[in-house]
Amino acid sequence: MELYQRTIHELHDMLIKGETTALAVTESVLNRIKAVDEKVMAYITVTEDTARAQAQDADERIKAGDTSSPLLGIPIAVKDNMCIDGIKTTCASKILGNFVPPYDATVVGKLKRAGFVLCGKPNMDEFAMGSSTENSGFFVTKNPWDLDRIPGGSSGGCAAAVAADECIGSLGSDTGGSIRQPAACCGVVGLKPTYGRVSRYGLVAFASSLDQIGPITKDVTDTALLMNIIAGHDPKDSTSANIPAPDFTRSLNRDVKGMKIGMPKEYYIEGMDPEVEKAVKDSVKLFEGLGAKVVDVSLPHTGYAVATYYILATSEASSNLARYDGVKYGFRAQGAKDLLDMYLKTRSQGFGPEVKRRIMLGTYALSAGYYEAYYKKGQQVRTLIKRDFDDAFKSVDVIATPTAPTAAFKIGEKSADPLQMYLSDIFTISVNLAGIPGISIPCGFTKHNLPIGLQLFGKHFDEESILHAAFAYEQATEWHKKKAKL
Amino acid sequence: MKYEAVIGLEVHAQLQTNTKIFCGCETKFGEEANTLTCPVCIGMPGVLPVLNKKAVEYTVKTGLATHCTISSYSRFARKNYFYPDLPKGYQISQYELPICEHGYVEIVVEGKVKRIGLTRIHLEEDAGKNLHDAEGGASLVDLNRAGTPLMEVVSEPDIRTPEEASEYLKKLRSILRYIEVSDADMEKGNFRCDANVSIRPVGAKEFGTRSEIKNVNSFKFVQKALEYEIRRQAQILDGGGKVVQETRLYDSTKGVTFSMRSKEEAHDYRYFPEPDLVPVIVSKETIESIGKTIPELPDVKRERFVKDYGLPEYDADMLTQSRSMASYYEDAARLSGQPKVISNWMMGELMRLLNIEGKDIEDCPIKPDRLAEMIKMISDGVISTKIAKTVFEVMYKTGRDAKTVVREEGLVQVSDTGAIEKIIEEVIKANPGQTADYKAGKEKLFGFFVGQVMKASKGKANPDLVNQLLKKKLSE
Repeated sequence: MELYQRTIHELHDMLIKGETTALAVTESVLNRIKAVDEKVMAYITVTEDTARAQAQDADERIKAGDTSSPLLGIPIAVKDNMCIDGIKTTCASKILGNFVPPYDATVVGKLKRAGFVLCGKPNMDEFAMGSSTENSGFFVTKNPWDLDRIPGGSSGGCAAAVAADECIGSLGSDTGGSIRQPAACCGVVGLKPTYGRVSRYGLVAFASSLDQIGPITKDVTDTALLMNIIAGHDPKDSTSANIPAPDFTRSLNRDVKGMKIGMPKEYYIEGMDPEVEKAVKDSVKLFEGLGAKVVDVSLPHTGYAVATYYILATSEASSNLARYDGVKYGFRAQGAKDLLDMYLKTRSQGFGPEVKRRIMLGTYALSAGYYEAYYKKGQQVRTLIKRDFDDAFKSVDVIATPTAPTAAFKIGEKSADPLQMYLSDIFTISVNLAGIPGISIPCGFTKHNLPIGLQLFGKHFDEESILHAAFAYEQATEWHKKKAKL
Repeated sequence: MKYEAVIGLEVHAQLQTNTKIFCGCETKFGEEANTLTCPVCIGMPGVLPVLNKKAVEYTVKTGLATHCTISSYSRFARKNYFYPDLPKGYQISQYELPICEHGYVEIVVEGKVKRIGLTRIHLEEDAGKNLHDAEGGASLVDLNRAGTPLMEVVSEPDIRTPEEASEYLKKLRSILRYIEVSDADMEKGNFRCDANVSIRPVGAKEFGTRSEIKNVNSFKFVQKALEYEIRRQAQILDGGGKVVQETRLYDSTKGVTFSMRSKEEAHDYRYFPEPDLVPVIVSKETIESIGKTIPELPDVKRERFVKDYGLPEYDADMLTQSRSMASYYEDAARLSGQPKVISNWMMGELMRLLNIEGKDIEDCPIKPDRLAEMIKMISDGVISTKIAKTVFEVMYKTGRDAKTVVREEGLVQVSDTGAIEKIIEEVIKANPGQTADYKAGKEKLFGFFVGQVMKASKGKANPDLVNQLLKKKLSE
C-alpha cells in the first residue's frame, strides 16, 4: 500500500515506530496530487513549500521524542473558507481571489500546534453556498468515483481529495449538509459537530447560527482524532460552548448492544431512490444484528426544514457578505465613476450567480414589512424543529437516515434549477437548524458503483454516541476500504 | 400663528474603556491612521466579535444614574447599510431589547426643575472616519475609531426650547463625567448630538412633521441650529406649506440648516438579532454592585446645596456641573462660612478668569482655602468688594495669597473715619459749583462726589463709610 493511501492513525503508528518520515508521507501525497488532480481538480491551492517545511519540522519533533500528537507530520487539507496566515484563502470566489489572511483560524492554530502538514486548500461552492461544488467561482471538482459526476458540496473539494487520497484527512464546513453530503457522494466519513463544539473564528461566515467546522476523513477513527484537536471552547468565538470536550477516541467501541436507533418516518418517504433506501435499511438491519434496537420515531416538522433554512441562512448570509465591498481587501472593480458604482460593479463582477441569488433572498426576507413573516417566523419554526429532536431523543440514542436522497448526480444535471438543488439537502438540513451533531459514513454502493451515505444524528454535544455507532458499523463492514479507481 | 417646538435629542457618547467594544484594540484619540486596528474591527473574513464587559457596566451605570430600568436580558442587533467607514457593512447595535429604558434627567428652567424623559440607552459600536478631498479626489478611510464603544441616549420629545436642549446636553454631559464613563467632550468628537425638531400650534396635541439635524458639534451650535430650524419651519407653515421629513446639517458660518443631499429614501436597516453574540444577562447582584460605585449625582447635590447653603436652583445647578467644581465650592463655603458670597465669586470672577484661558477648575491657581481667606477679608472690612476684584486677579496671576497681595499692593481699605472726612472736605472745597447745585436739589450729583472721593483715595476708601459720611457732610 502507498503511503498516500493510509489513514491518519496508521501513519501515526508508522511515524512513531520510525517506519517512515513525515517528509516521505508528504512527498507521497504531493506526488499523488500531481498524478491525479488534473482529473479530479480538488484543489484551488496546493501548498508544496509550506508542506515540506512543516514536514521537516514534524520530523524534528519526532526525532526529539515528541510522539504524543496523532496529527504530527500528517498532510491535511483545509477547505478554502478557513483563514490561514499567509496562505491565499478565496472561498472559491473571485471577490476574494487574491485575499491572503494575516491571521489563522482558531482550528488552524490548533492543527499547527499539533504539528500537521498543510497540503492545500480544496475547492468548494462559492462562500459555501451549494450542494455540488458547481458554484465554485473557478472550476468544478469531479467525483473520483465517476469524473462526470459531482463530488457533492459545498465541501466537495475536501471530500474528493480524501476519496482520491490526495490528502490523508481534511477539515470541511457544514451549514446545511456541506460536510455530510459530499462525504456521502464520495464514500468517505464526514462529521458536523454540535453547534458551538468547534470554534468558528477564522471560518469565513456564511450563516452564523448554522456554520460549523468538522472533519472529512477516510474512516471514523481519523474523524475522532481530528475532533480531539479541533473541539473546545474558544474565547474568540462568543458562540462556542464553554464546556470541556471529551476524548472522542474513547467512543471507538464496537459494542452497540442495547443502543436505541431511531428511524424517523418522515425521512423514509414514497418515491425514495430505491438503491439508497435499500442500502440504508440494510444498514439498520445490520445494527439490529449487532444488538441495537430499532425504534420508530417521528420528526413532524421535517417538511418545513428546507424552507426555514433557506430563509434563515440566506438572511444571515446577506448580512455576512456585505463586508465584500471592494473598500478594504479583495477584489475592487475598475472604472467606477463614484462610490455606488464601485459597490455595484465590484459585487456584480465579484460574486457568482448563486451567491447573488441568496443575497437577494436574504435581503428580501429581512426587509421592512417582511421580517416578521419570514425571518422571525423562520426562527420560530426552527424552535419547533429543534423540539422534534428533543422529543425523539427521549426514546432513542441516535437517529439513522440516508444522508442524501440520491447518490452523486451528473455535473450539470441540477444546476439549471436552484430549487431542485436545494432539495439535495433535505436530509441534512434539520440537523443544522437544531444544532445537533451528525455524521455520514459509507453504507453501500449503487449499481453504477457510486457511494451511498448513512447518516447518524445525536443529541446536542453527544458526538460520542454517533461516533460509537458509526465505528461499530464501520468495523462490521468493508465499505470504507473500497477505493475509487483513478 | 404661535407655535410650540417639540424637541428630542439623540446623544452618542464614547465610553472611556481602554479597549474597543468587540476586540482588544486600544481606543486612543489622534493616532496615525489605521494603527489601532485588528482583523476584527477591520471586518476581515472569518472574524467574530467578543463583548467588552466594561462597556456593559458603564452603560448600566449610566442607566442607574438616570433613573432607568435596567434590563436583565438584552440583545445586540445588526443594523445593515453600506458605507466605507462601516467595515462589516453592518453596525452591531441594539434594537428591540436595549440595556436601559424609561429614565429621566432634570434640568433647571427659569428657576424651576423640569424632567426630561429618557426613552432608552443602548450600546453599539462606532464607525471609522472618512476623510474626503485627498489627492486625486479620492476619499480615505481611517478605521481607528471603528469599534469604539458608543452609548446612545435617546430622550423623549419633552424638550420645548433650544435653551432647554442646551441645558439637557450640559446635564447629561455632567452626569457622564460624574460617573466617569465618558470624557463627553463635543470638541473631541466623543459626545455627539442629533436633534429631532418639529413645531405645532400652541395647545395642539399632535406632533408636527419633524426634521433631524445631525452632527452639530457644540452646545452653542445645537441651540442656534434649533433656533434657526424652528423659525424655518414656522415660516413654512405660516406660508401654508408642509414641513418635509428629512435630515439636515447645520452650517455654523452661515447660521442655517440645509438638507443633506440624499438620493435614497429612508434607510431600511433590516435589523435582526446579532447571531455572533449571545444575549446580555445582567444579574441583580451586578446591577447593585455597579450602583454602589455611583457617587452623589448632580441633581442630588444640587438639591442639597439649595437646602444646606440656601442657594437658588440656578446657582446650585451651575456649581454642581462637575464634581470638581462642586467639591471646590463646598470646601470654600465651609472654610469661609459664607456660602452665598462664595457662590457669587465662583460664578462670576472665578469662571470668567478660567474661561479666558480655557482652564478647568482642577487647574485653578486659587485653591478653595485662599478664596475663603479673601472672602473673610471682605467681610472683616479689610478690603472692599471692588478692591477684592483686583486682589483676586493678582492672586490668580501670581499664585500669592490675599493677605500678601493686599499688603504688597497697599490695598488695605481705608475705614478711618477721620481720614475719609478729610478727603470729603477736600473734595467739597474743590468743587464749589457742584456742591451748590447738590444743595439746591440736584440729588443726582451725589454719585459724582462719591466718584471723586474714591478717586482721591485710590479706590481704597470703604464705600459704605464714604456714603454715610458724604451724606452727612453735604447736608451740613
